[in-house]
Amino acid sequence: MATTTPSSAVRDQPDPESATAAPAGKAGAARERSTVRTLLRLWPYVRPVRMRLFSAAFVAVIASCIGLVIPLVLKWMVDGPIARRDPAGVWLGALFLLLLGLTEALLFGFRRWLVARPLSHVEAEMRADLYRHLQRLPVAFHDRWPSGQLLSRATTDLMLLRMFLAFPLTFLLVNGVTILVGVIIMLVQDWALGLVVLVPAVPLLITCVVFEKKYSEASRAAQDQVGDLTTVVEESVLGIRIIKGFGRHRSQARAFRQLAGRLRGMELRKARLLATILGVIVTLPEVAVGAALVLGCVRVADGQLSAGTLVAFLSTALALRWPVESIGFLLAMSQEAGTATERYFEVMDARPEPAVRKAPPAPEAPRAQASCKALGTRRSFEVPEAPRPAAVPVPSGLRFENVTFRYPDAPPDSPPVLDRVDLHIRPGESLALVGATGSGKTTLTALVPRLYDVTSGRITLDGVDIAEMPREELRSKVAVAFEDPTLFSATVKENVLMGAREEELRRALGVAQADFVYGLPDGVDTQVGEQGLSLSGGQRQRLALARAVAGRPDFLVLDDPLSALDVHTEAAVEAALRRVLADTTALIVAHRPSTVLLADRVALLSGGRIAAVGTHHELLHTNPEYAYLMAADPAGEREAER
Amino acid sequence: MTGATTAAAPDQEDKEPPASGDPFDRDVLPSPPGATRTLLRSLLSPLRGRVVLTAVLLLLQQAAVQAGPLLVAYAIDHAVPAFRADDHGPLLAVAVGFLLCASAAGALQYAFVTASARVSQDVLLDLRGRIFRHAQALSVDFHERYTSGRLISRSTTDVEALRELLEEGLQELVTVVLSCVYISVLLLWLDLGLGAVAVASFLPLYAMVRSYQRRARRVYRRRSTAMAAVIVKFVETMNGIRPVRAFRREAANDAAFRVLNRRHERSNGDALLEMARYVVGSRVIANTTVALVVLWGAYRVATGSLALGVLAAAVLYLRRLYDPIDRLGMFLNSYQSAAASLEKIAGLLAQTPGVPEPAAPRELPPRRSGQPGRTVVFDSVRFAYRTGGEVLPRFDLTLEAGQTVAVVGSTGAGKSTLAKLLARFYDPTEGRVLLDGVDLRDLAVPELRRGVVMVTQEAFLFSGTVAENIALGRPDATREQIERAAKEIGAHDFIAALPDGYDTDVRKRGGRISAGQRQLVSFARALLADPAVLILDEATSSLDIPGERAVQRAMATVLEGRTAVVIAHRLSTVEIADRVLVMEHGRIVEDGTPADLIAGTGRFADLHRAWRDSLT
Repeated sequence: MATTTPSSAVRDQPDPESATAAPAGKAGAARERSTVRTLLRLWPYVRPVRMRLFSAAFVAVIASCIGLVIPLVLKWMVDGPIARRDPAGVWLGALFLLLLGLTEALLFGFRRWLVARPLSHVEAEMRADLYRHLQRLPVAFHDRWPSGQLLSRATTDLMLLRMFLAFPLTFLLVNGVTILVGVIIMLVQDWALGLVVLVPAVPLLITCVVFEKKYSEASRAAQDQVGDLTTVVEESVLGIRIIKGFGRHRSQARAFRQLAGRLRGMELRKARLLATILGVIVTLPEVAVGAALVLGCVRVADGQLSAGTLVAFLSTALALRWPVESIGFLLAMSQEAGTATERYFEVMDARPEPAVRKAPPAPEAPRAQASCKALGTRRSFEVPEAPRPAAVPVPSGLRFENVTFRYPDAPPDSPPVLDRVDLHIRPGESLALVGATGSGKTTLTALVPRLYDVTSGRITLDGVDIAEMPREELRSKVAVAFEDPTLFSATVKENVLMGAREEELRRALGVAQADFVYGLPDGVDTQVGEQGLSLSGGQRQRLALARAVAGRPDFLVLDDPLSALDVHTEAAVEAALRRVLADTTALIVAHRPSTVLLADRVALLSGGRIAAVGTHHELLHTNPEYAYLMAADPAGEREAER
Repeated sequence: MTGATTAAAPDQEDKEPPASGDPFDRDVLPSPPGATRTLLRSLLSPLRGRVVLTAVLLLLQQAAVQAGPLLVAYAIDHAVPAFRADDHGPLLAVAVGFLLCASAAGALQYAFVTASARVSQDVLLDLRGRIFRHAQALSVDFHERYTSGRLISRSTTDVEALRELLEEGLQELVTVVLSCVYISVLLLWLDLGLGAVAVASFLPLYAMVRSYQRRARRVYRRRSTAMAAVIVKFVETMNGIRPVRAFRREAANDAAFRVLNRRHERSNGDALLEMARYVVGSRVIANTTVALVVLWGAYRVATGSLALGVLAAAVLYLRRLYDPIDRLGMFLNSYQSAAASLEKIAGLLAQTPGVPEPAAPRELPPRRSGQPGRTVVFDSVRFAYRTGGEVLPRFDLTLEAGQTVAVVGSTGAGKSTLAKLLARFYDPTEGRVLLDGVDLRDLAVPELRRGVVMVTQEAFLFSGTVAENIALGRPDATREQIERAAKEIGAHDFIAALPDGYDTDVRKRGGRISAGQRQLVSFARALLADPAVLILDEATSSLDIPGERAVQRAMATVLEGRTAVVIAHRLSTVEIADRVLVMEHGRIVEDGTPADLIAGTGRFADLHRAWRDSLT
């Protein structure tokens, strides 16, 4: 499993959209969809609690059968003590009934007690597994799956599964056995009456099979429609300023109404299916019982049958009512559980990123370690200038060799985002990356911490191919400040440190000029993020920057780190950042000259390739595209030409 | 339905408010007492007719279902002796009666299930729509304080809880109650004494249900709080997957998630155990009653004071009477969670929009031909947050029609607040904002948006095609107009290069659109809307220099004939402005033409120098 590249694994996955559009589409056609087979996939999770589950089912069967013995006691009383007018016998019978009743009650409770903790445990385990798995799936997977879709799997679907294990699974078995035992009792009492009651079994079974198929389709369609509706809700909340800004809330509400209306239609279809099966399940057995009653009465009248037997027979038949009627909703629940399982494993089947890409062993590995150490020691000295003399071959910095990249979900014949990129950032050097909007700068930065894997070519850190380095190790060396600064619901401190040593906090905040945090209600312990204080774009950007420098990484990747800052703050951050960059190997995406000037050299990314490398001033004078990208206005362009 | 009373009791003792007394820190917003009940009533009252119809269907259905044992009793006590006496009539009647009841029960079952599904789906449709519309009507101020996650869960999981109650729970409850009533009446009618014993058993059962309900409520509340924590952690991790991966938080997250998940597991188990206790207790009561009835009944049959058929029927009925007891427990479960959810929804719906639509909207005076844009007047405007804290002290400001005004200043100086007041995202605490002499508060939304449009920093794209996203500015725009807007702003080239051009779905394959490109799309959107007053709030921060230059070049023509307010920390934008306002601590400290201010010695001259320096 670990040998395939994540890109191919991702491609195998059904697209959530296509799943929504065609529930029985690609994915369904490939392997035959059988609810039973789908549900069997739950076995690994159920295995640890199987003893409890089996015992619970066993207990439930016994409890149910006790329910069936009660009519027999009644029969004995009717034909025995009552007929003989024997009060002592009546007492005995009633006492026996009471005992049976109490046992039944205790057994039912015992069954629930047996499964209560284990089943919540199964649910929790499955959720923890899902979470763990999702955290390790390629970023490309998350690009395609909205978090709402994932969340509904972690909550509603797992809850459905727990309920399935608690009820339908047990009770389909229990009710099946109960019906069987009940039928045998009836046949033993009087085989002719028993056969009459059995007649509707065949049409009933056929109806159930037809129902199962139709209901499965209807419920999948409805569940997916709920997903679409959730998306509209999510977007309307996240894009509220735009909707308000253009006064579009009415048309948005109309769109929502349409989708919700469609969902209503689907739910009604489900209800009609359910109503049909319930109607059949109610009618057929009842007709049979009626027939048995009439036949029984005739035979009692003829003296072929005792009154007690008829009473017992009918109470058995009526005691089977609930087991038979419940089959309808038990099947519906199983169906929904099947869909839930399918949805759960849709995600679980996606392959996580392999720790290390399969490749020939790295010949340079020992040297690389040495170079790491060399870099580490050098950090303690103040290096007056970036180590320009790259002729020294020991630590070789960050190198892109012939790197081509295409998003894993892009058609294989589409032009790649990055096309044979060669780029070398020398140890301790910082390189600015400049390029037009949409030229692939952010994509290139995402390759360094291996958020995506290169399609071909390789990236080396101090001579070691990052594809052969454990991700954990790679990411401990590389720190990234993302263009879109995400804060988690935690304190400022936790958000900045992200596992780094606590002593680094003050320094990191200093570099990012994020002194404002000391003025927050609880200082660095203030809760921020979704559940805490909301910060402005500039403030969040500074915290993201602090986060990147807090771990004292060997390699720093900054994606347009100063875009949201005002001029004065920007200047202060630049000054502080310059000190950090003096001895860190860094790749900085830049849109503006001021950011470019933080770096020692600049590379121009154009058409998916590195078009030029040099200092800012060199490129400004020699490269027209660069001058065009960097000159603030036509006047600047003229200056550049001069 | 009246059972909803208990739901109105706010349950806040379990929630830990993360900070201060701000009501927005809590999941449940304060709502007037009884809001939950009022909400439920207002949802159901338009469907009153169909609710009654559904109830009648169920009534008849239960009547048909419960007739069975009665026919059994009749058959044993009358039809058999009659048959012996060669009178086949009664037995024939029993046969026909049974057939009729069976088919009626089935048909009515179908009718009832579909009818009740229709009622509950209509209620849900109504409720979903209400939440959606209400959330859309609430002010931006509200959205900034009530996090998006909560709003989303209000319209998803909370509605879902009500769905479960309506679809499964309520039907269960009504069935249970109805069959209880029917069976009790039948039992009493069959034999007063035996019936009385059965009815007496309701007393301990009721006590059982009450105590279960009380205990379950505590457990459920704990469970839903635990679940909410799990959800927050989950969503946050998935939305921030890049930093999670890049900073190797997987293991730490696993551990944190495990703790939250465990807490949920424990309370979940507690809830199931409560249910187990309830089942044992209620079954014991039920089965004891059965034994008592049999004892007494058999005794009386033995002594001849009761017919055998009656005893048989009574026992059959009793067993049936107690069958749905478990299901009553399930109903209570879904009721608990639905009540909690409805309370949250009612709290949300009880929020009054901070920026209400006018009751009697006015229209803007028609623009005279050649009149460039519209005049904006801030008339003694003051703005403070509801929670206190003055952002903008009282000020007066007039922006002449057709003027392009740049607003500069450091973070927190109040630039965005000024813009939001003009876009009517907020209403001023005091004073008025006038557009050509008309108070913004008197303008209906469509009229307002023909007047003022704001482009913000966050360039959010909705799912759909690029063309649809641009057309949000003017839904009736033709493809030509859309493309013209994109061309004018310099977005056409990159859009044309997308796999399906303007028809590229922004969420699907190949639809990756960079932050800068998104901003271009939102510019095109604003341009297409063609407002008299255009506000740009940091709208160029993600653009690269050529992109910004293209936008600026376009703006020279675009802003022609409009009033424009441009907020930017990049001073490049300022050069096209006719007038610059420098803000600090909520006050306008400098006001003049760019040339005048640059030549002076004020803050703007400083800023401008620093900015020029940053360009070299």
